[in-house]
Amino acid sequence: MTPNLNLWLIPVLPLAGAAINGFFGRKSSRTAVSTVALVFSGAAFAWALTSVLRFLPSEAPYQEYLAHWIRAGNFAVDFALYLDHLSVVMLLVVTGVGFLIHIYSVGYMWEDPSYYRFFCYLNLFLFFMLTLVLANNYLLMFIGWEGVGLASYLLIGFWFTKDSAASAGKKAFIVNRIGDFGFLIGLFLLIQHFGSLTFTQVFEQIQPLGVENGTSGPLTAVGILLMVGACGKSAQIPLYVWLPDAMEGPTPVSALIHAATMVTAGVYMVARSHVIFERAPIALTVVAIVGTLTALFAATIGVAQTDIKKVLAYSTVSQLGYMFMACGVGAFSAGIFHLMTHAFFKGLLFLGAGSVIHAVGGEQDMRKMGGLKTYIPVTFTTMLIATCAIAGIPPLAGFWSKDEILWKAYEANPVYWVIGAITAFITSFYMFRLLFMTFWGDYKGISVDDHGHAHATHGHEEHGHGEPHESPRVMLFPLIVLAFLSLVGGLVGIHNGFEHFLEPVFGSEFPKAVTSGGNTEWLLMGVSVLFSIAGLVLAYVLYVSKPYLPQRIADSLGNFYEAVLHKYYVDELYAAVFVKPLVNASTTVLWQGVDRKVIDNSINDAADGARHLSDEVRHMQSGNLRSYAGWIAAGAAIVIAYMTWLGVGR
Amino acid sequence: MVPLSDYLVLSGILFACGVAGFLIKRNIITIFMSIELMLNGVNLSFVAFAAHWHALAGQIFVFFVMVVAAAEAAVGLAIIIAVYRARETLNVDQVNLLKL
Repeated sequence: MTPNLNLWLIPVLPLAGAAINGFFGRKSSRTAVSTVALVFSGAAFAWALTSVLRFLPSEAPYQEYLAHWIRAGNFAVDFALYLDHLSVVMLLVVTGVGFLIHIYSVGYMWEDPSYYRFFCYLNLFLFFMLTLVLANNYLLMFIGWEGVGLASYLLIGFWFTKDSAASAGKKAFIVNRIGDFGFLIGLFLLIQHFGSLTFTQVFEQIQPLGVENGTSGPLTAVGILLMVGACGKSAQIPLYVWLPDAMEGPTPVSALIHAATMVTAGVYMVARSHVIFERAPIALTVVAIVGTLTALFAATIGVAQTDIKKVLAYSTVSQLGYMFMACGVGAFSAGIFHLMTHAFFKGLLFLGAGSVIHAVGGEQDMRKMGGLKTYIPVTFTTMLIATCAIAGIPPLAGFWSKDEILWKAYEANPVYWVIGAITAFITSFYMFRLLFMTFWGDYKGISVDDHGHAHATHGHEEHGHGEPHESPRVMLFPLIVLAFLSLVGGLVGIHNGFEHFLEPVFGSEFPKAVTSGGNTEWLLMGVSVLFSIAGLVLAYVLYVSKPYLPQRIADSLGNFYEAVLHKYYVDELYAAVFVKPLVNASTTVLWQGVDRKVIDNSINDAADGARHLSDEVRHMQSGNLRSYAGWIAAGAAIVIAYMTWLGVGR
Repeated sequence: MVPLSDYLVLSGILFACGVAGFLIKRNIITIFMSIELMLNGVNLSFVAFAAHWHALAGQIFVFFVMVVAAAEAAVGLAIIIAVYRARETLNVDQVNLLKL
């Protein structure tokens, strides 16, 4: 039996930080605000670390009951926490990467006038994310799920005076709501069929059930609905559209929420529900197909983007697609493995991009960068490591996890593998394109006088010199740590080490195929490495040695290039198919029709009627004493007449 | 023997006359007399019931009413005289200084 771990401290510490900064931050100095934020998020990380170390010797999940919440007949949901090997991974990623990004933000946001607000939101996000990860039932998880959505909304719209940021925040919130709807219906179905939302109770009841065939079973429905929820949170087709717009938020936010942690919540939720998905092959296929398509689709969009953060955003969508592909073929541990390595290198890429943006004074267009490797060597080195990691160049982190996913995908269905490998090639291409456009060639940036606008939005006011400059040390430290993790983070996957680690969660019941595929595995590995290097070489040819070529290729592709450049017009399609009819119907039917004509008119008519009636009745009150006496007499006469009539009737 | 209902009808007629006079007339003395008429209409019904039920309470009530009416007449007529001296009119519609 594991000793009491006091897990509740882990989410509550950041909450306390958020409360302190939220209530007192406005009047405090920046140093005080950052101290509070760092101490509380750091303490959460430290406590998570000690808890994990004390927990790990045991195989059995650890549960912690805090308070009872909802009791209705036999149905009960408690505030209770749950720790197993899956949540251990998530817990360390969230608190660890979260803490690093807090450190980074101290430097990045230093000049911002709403400094305390930023850290308040960031700590709040950590609280909700940790609630999501540690919940022992779906409902508490849903609280965290909605909470991170709220924090994400607040942070995307952090610079809310900018129209684009405010509407990006709203878009993220609304699109997520669609996914949450599916999630919620899935939960209702679970209650209906299993009478509980607690993970252990639900899974215990599902365990003995066989694999469902056909589409009619409850598990298939629940699985698909949960996947709808995951699509919203983890930005999969068809709900991915909010994530690229979410880049309006400050870059540390993009790194923490929209790359490393929150968007992986969907993957975590699917993995957590693996008992359901393993028994619902159709739901599992949906997951795999959605993931595979998203991976390819988003990667192709990423090729044509020129905004450095947009490239990374589409890359994130694409990588999340990989994770779902892994879950969809039943390789949950591979998906979680990729989740972890992705948190390292994508967090690093975003932080690096933030450092680049910082260096060039707020510019995000890669066409106006170039040649930065001599100006900002530390950022360049760490970004190079991260790019190699995401491209899947051995022996960096991304190689191991991606290879694992592709191998599992091949075992399930070679089609997944083909698409995945093509995506790997495209990934490698657009990532090195980003790297070459940003760091190679000559600096094409604007002179210092034009920085004014950029300063206004990002608030970097102190650098008056025109040359790009390296970021302060407080921003470089997280870069270096994450670069180290991206370098070695994949090594835990050697000899299926990571899979063994997660065996207590995923392993025992459905024995997977033995993963010593011999020659095939080596061959596949070789091919995917070859693809990555091909992407690198292609990017080098196009963007370093023959920089005139991309324009020519784009011209020759014509309409197709246009479509990719405009993200396949998906936003426009959604606007035409969903948004516009909805707005029109709301305007004509609900606003002008129901609200104006029915509700407003009925209230106005009632008021008018009361006024007219009073107009008539007020003649009775003439102020003439004798007429009052007359009314009294008439009233008395009526009463007497009535009583007489009653008397007669009796 | 005259039945009870006849007394009551007469009482009602007297009362109605009093009400009508009270409502219609402008002269304050006439109004005063109408009030007396109403009181007497009520008195009549009191004594009629008292005779019918052989209960003395009704007759005693009538004495009280007559005493009050006499007191009222003394005070009322004094006020009327005071009003006439002050305003030189007995028309109630013109005695309206307290109205807004």
